[in-house]
Amino acid sequence: MAVFEYAPAPESRAIVAIASHYGLFIGGEFVEAEDGHPFKTVNPATEEVLAEVTAAGPRDVDRAVRAARAAQEKVWGPMPAQDRAKYLYRIARIVQERSRELAVLESLDNGKPIRESRDVDLPLAAAWFFHYAGWADKLPYAGLGPDPRPLGVAGQVIPWNFPLLMLAWKIAPALACGNTVVLKPAETTPLTALAFADICRQAGLPAGVVNIVTGAGETGAALVSHDGVDKVAFTGSTEVGRQIAQTLAGTRKRLTLELGGKAANIVFDDAPLDQAVEGIVNGIFFNQGHVCCAGSRLLVQESIHDEVLDRLKQRMTTLRVGDPLDKNTDIGAINSPAQLAKIAELSEAGQAEGAERWSAPCELPQQGYWFPPTLFTGVTQAHRIAREEIFGPVLSVLTFRTPAEAVDKANNTPYGLSAGVWTEKGSRILWTAERLRAGVVWANTFNKFDPASPFGGYKESGYGREGGRQGLEAYLAH
Amino acid sequence: MPTDSRSERVEVRKTYKLYIGGAFPRSESGRTYEVSDSGGQFLANAALASRKDARDAVVAAHKAWPGWTARTAYNRGQVLYRVAEMLEGRSGQFAAEVMAAEGASRARADAQVSAAIDRWVWYAGWTDKLAQVHGSSNPVAGPYFDFSVPEPTGVVAAIAPRASSLLGLVSMVAPILAAGNTCVVLAAAGRPLPAITLAEVLATSDLPGGVVNLLTGQASEVAPWLASHLDVQGLDLTGVDDPTLAVALERAAAGNLKRVLLPEPEADWAADPGLTRMRAFLETKTVWHPVGI
Repeated sequence: MAVFEYAPAPESRAIVAIASHYGLFIGGEFVEAEDGHPFKTVNPATEEVLAEVTAAGPRDVDRAVRAARAAQEKVWGPMPAQDRAKYLYRIARIVQERSRELAVLESLDNGKPIRESRDVDLPLAAAWFFHYAGWADKLPYAGLGPDPRPLGVAGQVIPWNFPLLMLAWKIAPALACGNTVVLKPAETTPLTALAFADICRQAGLPAGVVNIVTGAGETGAALVSHDGVDKVAFTGSTEVGRQIAQTLAGTRKRLTLELGGKAANIVFDDAPLDQAVEGIVNGIFFNQGHVCCAGSRLLVQESIHDEVLDRLKQRMTTLRVGDPLDKNTDIGAINSPAQLAKIAELSEAGQAEGAERWSAPCELPQQGYWFPPTLFTGVTQAHRIAREEIFGPVLSVLTFRTPAEAVDKANNTPYGLSAGVWTEKGSRILWTAERLRAGVVWANTFNKFDPASPFGGYKESGYGREGGRQGLEAYLAH
Repeated sequence: MPTDSRSERVEVRKTYKLYIGGAFPRSESGRTYEVSDSGGQFLANAALASRKDARDAVVAAHKAWPGWTARTAYNRGQVLYRVAEMLEGRSGQFAAEVMAAEGASRARADAQVSAAIDRWVWYAGWTDKLAQVHGSSNPVAGPYFDFSVPEPTGVVAAIAPRASSLLGLVSMVAPILAAGNTCVVLAAAGRPLPAITLAEVLATSDLPGGVVNLLTGQASEVAPWLASHLDVQGLDLTGVDDPTLAVALERAAAGNLKRVLLPEPEADWAADPGLTRMRAFLETKTVWHPVGI
């Protein structure tokens, strides 16, 4: 089959103005750090320095928490709920209006293909604000009691894989419920959160309702352990989530955690194979596999293993890896050298433990951080690549014979975030979905998200839900 | 037949044991401790549960979970309702034990027993309503059918409150079961007898063995093993009254990210319990499927 050649179709970065230096967004304005220090954020596709940003120190975090507290008590908490709703609607609209700019900025800072930041991250981020805006004045109808109250100040720490979208997942429900926030974006992807500060300015959001403190792990630790924080929301690794849960023991702070995953994507022998192959590719290669709910363990029924693998490899050879700003790009850059090293290390472990490695033939750029779409066959459940979250474009293929074996293998992990099921048989979908210990089950689809749809894990993938009515519980006293 | 010349009959006392996997074993450690009434009079020697007993109880709860959660909600409701029927039949015995344990008047003990039975009936009725109240059909912006259902968390370890030896216990155990979980309950150390009698009620109702496992003993000794056990997914610390122990248990629970209900020694057990206790040990599962022809 001939593969079409594509002419380059680069998205212009002229729409984005990046300042050379950013302070911290505290109390409605950008301020310089008191005890922080500057660090640089780079474009992972080119290693170009994009801007100098500021790592907030403990005193800076304290200022931000106090600003949030004052805003919660004096302005945001007492404000009529319908007015809170109107601010959130304004934010949703501004995100839509500036979505092209934000998509380019996201791809520059994160390395994800513009096709995804433009078609997934930005529309969903706007939708999240729009959805929760409408909840702000309907909270007594959410089934959490007649008079649900805000918790106070929320300290929120988000990851680098969907920077602006994760910000929206955190800030929209928190604000709708009457809380104010101090949010720390990931160290490697601070720029869209800093751009969001400007959106707050344009929306006329009262000072201190949203505060953005940039920095790495120490800043996050200072935030979650701050006495003035009533609620902690964290999305990231299970290891850090565990530490946060330990740190918070005895404080009575409310905590929600959205952590790692090792999702099984189960393909039964009667699955629609063309769709299944697309779903497998989307499941593991979407966003370079930097997805906590990625379908990183393919469980394929033994009788169709060879056919699925042939089709999958053929499809993988057509994936275009390269410039994130090229509209034809399927797979962008790995977000950081540290992540690239982790992916490489686990892939080497896969080979060393006896699995067979295959990567799609593709030319990787000389500059930047890249990893080719890769799959392993002959993987057993004991292999590290079947047990540990790789968080990269690496798929482990295992087989099963019976539906019961598929479910056993799918559940054989301490994680429980998501899972996929591919079969034409409705009763088998429901049977399987019922038995999977995972918070989200995608049947004949994968990696779908919506603000009306609760998302979150079982077991060590964390607790609490984000999205929909269920997502309000994390931000209300009841 | 010789005539009994004694004026007062010597009562046949009951041996109070653990309840694990549907059976009533003594502690494997062979240890007991003395339980007294509120006036300091000897009541019984209760089993002093050990680490091994705690682990056996978790094994039993873990084994019972798949069967219990696989039952229809209607069936679980009937099984729990049957427990209330059995409770009612033993209400006199419970009242006597509550009086002895708490030093309560007959009227207060009767009121607590009635409230406990009514609470159990209330929770029994929830089994087949939870999915409608907690679940949802989600209007996503695309051609997908998307729904969310609540599912039980798994095995819950619970430390029972001392203040309310029957109503508090029932208010803790019933929501765990109604939500479809199985549990290991550590009775309040000084007042374990109503709890053991509750176990006897459970054993003679239709509740499958292992769904509830009851330990008697010291929280400081047993609870840490429950809090750190990897086959326990939820931890109810309601009855923990030692703040230092509570923090240690909460920290241990973070090991496998257990869902934790924080200590509530001052709980008002007579108040409307709301849905918080059931929600604490429920997960939400969301399922997506494309719509098309």
